[in-house]
Amino acid sequence: MKILVCVSNVPDTTSKITFSDNNTVFNTAGVQYIVNPYDEIALSKAIGLVETDGGSVTVINVGDASTEASIRKALATGADDAVRVNAAPRDAWFVANQIASYAKANNFDLILTGKESIDYNGSQVASYLGELLDLPSVSSAKKIDINGNSATVEREIEGGKEVITVPLPFVAGTGEGVAEARIPNMRGIMSARTKPLNVVEPVAVAELSKIVEYETPAPRSSVTLVDAGNVDELVALLHNKARVI
Amino acid sequence: MSVLVYVENTDGKFKKSVYEVVSYAKAIADSTGGSLTAVSIGDVADDELQSLGKYGASGVLNVSSGQLKQFINQAYASVIASAAEKAGADTIVLSNSFSGKGLAPRVAAKLGAALADGAVGLPEINGSTFKIKKTAFSGKAFAQVELLAGKKVIALNPNSFELRENGGSASVTAFEPALGSQDLATVINEIVRATDKVSLPDAEIVVSAGRGMKGPENWGMIEELADVLGAATACSKPVSDAGWRPHSEHVGQTGIAVSPNLYIAIGISGAIQHLAGVSSSKTIVVINKDPEAPFFKVADYGIVGDAFEVVPKLTEAIRAHKGN
Repeated sequence: MKILVCVSNVPDTTSKITFSDNNTVFNTAGVQYIVNPYDEIALSKAIGLVETDGGSVTVINVGDASTEASIRKALATGADDAVRVNAAPRDAWFVANQIASYAKANNFDLILTGKESIDYNGSQVASYLGELLDLPSVSSAKKIDINGNSATVEREIEGGKEVITVPLPFVAGTGEGVAEARIPNMRGIMSARTKPLNVVEPVAVAELSKIVEYETPAPRSSVTLVDAGNVDELVALLHNKARVI
Repeated sequence: MSVLVYVENTDGKFKKSVYEVVSYAKAIADSTGGSLTAVSIGDVADDELQSLGKYGASGVLNVSSGQLKQFINQAYASVIASAAEKAGADTIVLSNSFSGKGLAPRVAAKLGAALADGAVGLPEINGSTFKIKKTAFSGKAFAQVELLAGKKVIALNPNSFELRENGGSASVTAFEPALGSQDLATVINEIVRATDKVSLPDAEIVVSAGRGMKGPENWGMIEELADVLGAATACSKPVSDAGWRPHSEHVGQTGIAVSPNLYIAIGISGAIQHLAGVSSSKTIVVINKDPEAPFFKVADYGIVGDAFEVVPKLTEAIRAHKGN
């Protein structure tokens, strides 16, 4: 099975998020970048499928040369080869078009992405890819079992799950439950250095949206502490002041 | 501008989040002097459909074909795009629910529209400039996004817009759009939904607990407190990683971001990744025995104390309050 895994390069989950230039530019100073955690789940699932059924895993990233550390990590985890589309990932529509352009020319049986990136949280790329490639797409998959030419997929819904049958090829955004995230071992790290990482130039895409300004959440006023022996006071505050119960 | 709102049903009924998106879509339509049409797909009774009029929909396109009784991402996206054309709508609003997240990009791509997902407020419309606020960095920030295309798709976060009753009534029209050959490729085998529990993403009150609970066997008191409040239960990442609670309850940067009216955090220290997922909560209560827990810095109300003593007392106090 030929699998394409889309990986995004995102600020580490412990990063403090700040902005510069009048809140118009994300401040990358001191920020460590990692492979998006949900994309690691997608990658780990793809590697597991190839281990049992054979095939290959290609990772694709849209980014400038600074993302290559994350791409090498994906190769070290077990992907066979990688493609970097040499462009700043302007927005999800731009990224999806780049990936769709590559996928169209290379016929994959399965395309996996994380269910969302932890920087812009759009959950858009999997569904955009489905539309651009005229394939079924599943956002927020919790479990994927491939059986021949189709797959049984559990999709997250409010308060539960939906079990669906999807014919291959299809696109899925993966969340927790699909696979345990794998960590590269020393052999993987050594072999990643010699695995192919092809750089391709982007296709032109019309700009449909742009971020004009950022805000950070308004700080809360300081905490009102209530004595542990006096929970009635908390109930009164929640009822009379906060008006939430 | 004319607005179309997709109203997602749950077993034939509309939840509060649906009336939120209708109220929100009506506010956009009103601010630009346009009309609001709703599109419903599946088996929904007429009186339920007419209830959308109360929140401002003047008409409802009702798609009740047998093939579309259950959610099929591709087919539903086709229907919504056709409904937008039928209604002459240039702005399409839907809920940023799990299904909405799968639909919005497909609808936007079909219509050549710009997409704002995770919207948390009304757009600022100034002549031809259309700006909208959305969450970013998993709740650590917000972004103002300018939508540059003539058509727009907006996915609104649950609990981010109040209900607004307009008192009108909606006329229901049957609608049978044509489907594409690939639209029905996926098949639903089974839907598993806990009907006795409040669903986390759109809950108004969330009771969340962390490692301070010491083990899964101690969750009874958390569930009891949630039960008394009509709240959903949630947990921190270490708790779901340890298998004490299901992943679907994990709130935080790599879990679910929630924006309830009240978030009660019990025995959770407040790591930056967890705080990201709760920063949009309107009121935060923290119960932790460690007065230095970082969670207190972002809380509105706090109790420094042992959860095993405080939580049962709080449950009793709320039960007594509700009884009055």
